[in-house]
Amino acid sequence: MNIFYSMVPIAFAYSAPLVIAALGGLFSERSGIVNIALEGIMMVGGFTAASVTVVLEPLTPAAGYWGLLAGLCAGVVFSALHAFTSINLKANQVISGTALNILAGGLTVYLAQIFFHQQRTAAFTRGLVKVTVPGLASIPLVGPLFFVNASPPFYIAIALVLVAWFVVFKTPFGLRLRACGEHPQAAASMGIDVLAMRYIGVLVSGAFAGLAGSALVLTQDIQYTAGSIHGSGFIAMACLIFGKWNPFGVLGAGIFFGLAQALSLYAKDIPFLVGIPSEFFYLLPYALTIIALLVFAGKSVGPKAAGEIYDAGKR
Amino acid sequence: MKKSIAVLLLGLVAAAALIAAPIKVGLVTDVGGIDDKSFNQGTWEGIKLFAKENKLKEGVDVKYLQSTADADYIPNLSTFADEKLDLIVAPGFLFEEAMKTVADQYPKQKLLIIDSVVQKPNVASAVFAANEGSFLAGVAAGLKAKADGKDTIGYVGGMKFPLIENFQAGFEQGVKTVLPNAKILVDYSGSFTDAGLGQALAAKQYNAGAYIIYQVAGGCGNGVIKEAKERSAKGDIRWAIGVDKDQYADGIYAPGKSAILTSMMKRVDVASHDVAVMVRDGKFPGGQTLVFDLKSKGVGLPATNPNLSAAIIKEVEKYTALITSGKLKVNSVQ
Repeated sequence: MNIFYSMVPIAFAYSAPLVIAALGGLFSERSGIVNIALEGIMMVGGFTAASVTVVLEPLTPAAGYWGLLAGLCAGVVFSALHAFTSINLKANQVISGTALNILAGGLTVYLAQIFFHQQRTAAFTRGLVKVTVPGLASIPLVGPLFFVNASPPFYIAIALVLVAWFVVFKTPFGLRLRACGEHPQAAASMGIDVLAMRYIGVLVSGAFAGLAGSALVLTQDIQYTAGSIHGSGFIAMACLIFGKWNPFGVLGAGIFFGLAQALSLYAKDIPFLVGIPSEFFYLLPYALTIIALLVFAGKSVGPKAAGEIYDAGKR
Repeated sequence: MKKSIAVLLLGLVAAAALIAAPIKVGLVTDVGGIDDKSFNQGTWEGIKLFAKENKLKEGVDVKYLQSTADADYIPNLSTFADEKLDLIVAPGFLFEEAMKTVADQYPKQKLLIIDSVVQKPNVASAVFAANEGSFLAGVAAGLKAKADGKDTIGYVGGMKFPLIENFQAGFEQGVKTVLPNAKILVDYSGSFTDAGLGQALAAKQYNAGAYIIYQVAGGCGNGVIKEAKERSAKGDIRWAIGVDKDQYADGIYAPGKSAILTSMMKRVDVASHDVAVMVRDGKFPGGQTLVFDLKSKGVGLPATNPNLSAAIIKEVEKYTALITSGKLKVNSVQ
């Protein structure tokens, strides 16, 4: 039971950036633009957040939160490149996204070289630290799981899941967004500005992915390095598919991945799992993701027009 | 200490310089760049020291080329080889393949690879006895825990293979030597980049009572340092031990306070300097693997350790002497 209480908060903390980034992917894909650049946007966000935090830390105790905000903004700016190439220039979205991923790795390291004269940002002193919510923490059973040494981005992730669900499924804006992802020509015939909706979708995904990258670096690392994001953007894309393009599905998929990851760390302390080679558990989160994708493959249908170049004349 | 070594070296060099002709040494950096505060910079400092001792000109007799991508390694090494430098140095395992290719293309060129092994007759390989440096880190950790009345110490490795297990072997032995009833927690994350895993493992070990954690996991180890900083900043003092270079600055969580107890350093500067001296003296160890250990000052703790008491530093020096004199044998898994 102790292991369980130690493991679950770790799983939540690990899953937070994945869920936030996957929600970003949800907005983009629902609008009809595949955003494979989540990884690259997370890198740019993480780099910006770390840099801003390093600079502001001597001035304000809330530097980490300013860092989050800066990372979010940087994500929006960076994703605008993807929006411009794939919407205005009608480039292949996968190629544009891949280009951004490659660009992000070089760009962040290059900028770090200019600002900090090394291949990584300087180390920030605190970043974002775990919080214990007074009062709620003493609730039996639930308190230790959700409110003791919890990662602040996990709360942000939960809030964003609710916001995303409401916006996408309960507002006229959400309906229009989804229409653009399913059948843009039909949406356009009803007077919806498809290009504007898609721009919004991509920029929101940039904001979320930038925030996710910032959260990852500020809560887990001591500085931004080229390896800081280590493929989390792609795991987030898997969470999006596994979660069937639904905010609650995404949350479930993210937590599932976090739990699998935590299990790999705790396996050698759980009596009936001892004796299984550790490599098996390193592989577990990825293997489980693939298995889950296979199991749900038939039912996992994304927005119909996602990835298609919008041609207003097509019927 | 440092001064006396420098004086001694200068004396030796002054004598040697009379007989040896000046030589040319080139460094090719990896993508980390010349001022990475790590392997590239360290290697270059060793070469600069060699240049100073031998009155060689920087930029003429000793120089470097920076690589901006992995694809630059072979062209950069070849550029220096075409200039017929006496020694070309490359730091880090990233150069392994490029070194093999260039060694075959320029069979007369003397090459040095640091922290990796390339078996070619014209390549010298410099590796480090990480188990010996880790032993000292273990001694420091054990004594620090003892002084503060703690008994649990952790080790977080990246991937589990002999090179990394060697750190563990030396560290465990060091801890047990000074704190025989210590409880040592050992975990491997399976990653050298995922800081989230490092942080999670650190949280797990600190929750289980670990007072100090030795992290040998590269970027993943950053997560261990993050957790130590976070806890220490909240008043729950925990320590992490740095690896490869002096990581004191990475652990600063409040002005003048760092969560890095000490660091196990690989002295790449010693390796590049010493091999350059060998080349100058006509004793290039081509095809050999040189092990830089405590005795050759190739591994060890940083010169200054603000978080270690004078008593602990004295004990560490005592064990250093025992190891260098051969009276104490450090465990190894290789």
